[in-house]
Amino acid sequence: MNARFKTKFKLSTIGWIFILPATLLLLLTKFWPIIRALVLSFQSGVGLNTSFVGAKNYIRMLHDNLLHTSIFNTFFYLLLQVPIMLIIAIILAVILNDSRLKLKGFFRTAIFLPCATSLVSYAIIFRSLFARDGFINLILMKTNIINNPINWLSSPWPARIVIIIALTWRWTGYNMIFYLAGLQGIDPSIYEAAKIDGASAFTSLRKITIPLLKPMILLTSITSISGTLQLFDETKNLTNGGPANSTISISQYIYNLSFAYSPQFGYAAAVSFLVLIMVAILSFTQMKVGDRR
Amino acid sequence: MTKRRIGITVEYIVLTIVSVISLFPLFWMLMSATNKSTDVLAGRILPGQKLIENMSNLLKTANVGQAMMNSFKYSVLTTVGSVLICSIAGYAFEVYYTKSKNMVFNLLLISMMIPFAATMIPLYTLFGKLNLLNKTLGFALPSLSTVLLIFLFRQSAQSFPKSIIESARLDGAGELRIFLEFFVPITKHTFTAGITVAFMSNWNNYLWPLIIMQSPTSRTMPQLISGLTSGYVTDYGMLMLAVSISILPTVVVFLILQKNFVEGITGAVK
Repeated sequence: MNARFKTKFKLSTIGWIFILPATLLLLLTKFWPIIRALVLSFQSGVGLNTSFVGAKNYIRMLHDNLLHTSIFNTFFYLLLQVPIMLIIAIILAVILNDSRLKLKGFFRTAIFLPCATSLVSYAIIFRSLFARDGFINLILMKTNIINNPINWLSSPWPARIVIIIALTWRWTGYNMIFYLAGLQGIDPSIYEAAKIDGASAFTSLRKITIPLLKPMILLTSITSISGTLQLFDETKNLTNGGPANSTISISQYIYNLSFAYSPQFGYAAAVSFLVLIMVAILSFTQMKVGDRR
Repeated sequence: MTKRRIGITVEYIVLTIVSVISLFPLFWMLMSATNKSTDVLAGRILPGQKLIENMSNLLKTANVGQAMMNSFKYSVLTTVGSVLICSIAGYAFEVYYTKSKNMVFNLLLISMMIPFAATMIPLYTLFGKLNLLNKTLGFALPSLSTVLLIFLFRQSAQSFPKSIIESARLDGAGELRIFLEFFVPITKHTFTAGITVAFMSNWNNYLWPLIIMQSPTSRTMPQLISGLTSGYVTDYGMLMLAVSISILPTVVVFLILQKNFVEGITGAVK
């Protein structure tokens, strides 16, 4: 063995040692549980008294109305809220990237500050603001927009709208930061050239900014989609899934199946596998679409 | 010229409106924390004089001191641990690059797709067997290694000059020393961004502690304020004071580190 090879071998070993703790932890807390969940999803029973039931849990999903409601809600939040939020985030990032603008630091901090609040905290703030006797109804009544207070959180559609407003409030600034970081990597001279060629602001947004931000748009839509599919803290604390489970999210349903109702770990594991499959399909589709463009 | 002026005026108007919407709920929270519940319901959004009273009501209702201590202990330890573990891993994936290490990295990236809901039941039963319920280690373990942090540090190792490593090796410095004495100081923006992200997510973690920290003495702040809303009558002054206290640490950390945070993200995604 020559000296050069020895050093190379030594360095590679040290590299593996540095990587080992992080990798082992992820194997323990992500990969092992997901395999366990797969096994569990074919079982039924409580505690040690579980037995193999084949696809029974998966068949049960077909007739589970509450599961269907939770899937509908989660996709409703996903399809409406994620595009609205990402479009607002891009517009704000483009504005904040304008070199003529003063007070940039202030605006950036103000818009990003909601991200520093915890999910539980902001859910409770919004729950209080939108309570029947809360501030929003008070203002709407004082300005004569409405005559009677709206039951924001105890009727299904208004409650869903409040969840969307709350999500947008909390997460727009977060996504904006990623776009801002992406925009700072674009050479300003490209815009100058486009302007000389007579391109309008909208054209340069469509033809320069959006294509160059593509990696960021991909990243933020993947994280937003996977975040929305895992929505829990907000629905739990804003509406607690109510009224009558009409705003429940899939994650909250899994939580209820495992910890709130009498524990049904097997069925809960089957439902959580459904979430995994949905996240995987959506992420792969996103990446494929992102690649093709 | 006038067209440009209209453009920038519109930009200021949009930013002002968005800033007001962003800040108002937080402003309302702070004002409500100083008012009586009845005044809050009457729409008072000016500072009041009931802060002390709300505070004493809150202390009577819930063990805020203990929940704050718990949250601090769990989040600080988890943040320190995860930044240590993930920074050295991210660095190693880049600096000691081999095809097989890259395959491991891609495998880890896939774990980002695994939703927490899918792992929480097996984790809960495993941690029960390992006697980790209501323990700091039980809180920490699932957050100690996160792909986002590994990714962040790998990206910043990419722009880290490799010549420094070469010359340090010639001078006889050990590999760990090179990491600590050269990589850490040079990429300190990434470390601040990493600490900010990790601290916020650990402090705000709710679902996992809800499952694993079930004993009253091991509860965290998010659990405590969530529990405050379950009564029949809501004392808004007290509730908003509790919410204000619970978000104070992350807001302070964010305001101190925000400049580095944006630079850290920018550096990492370039």
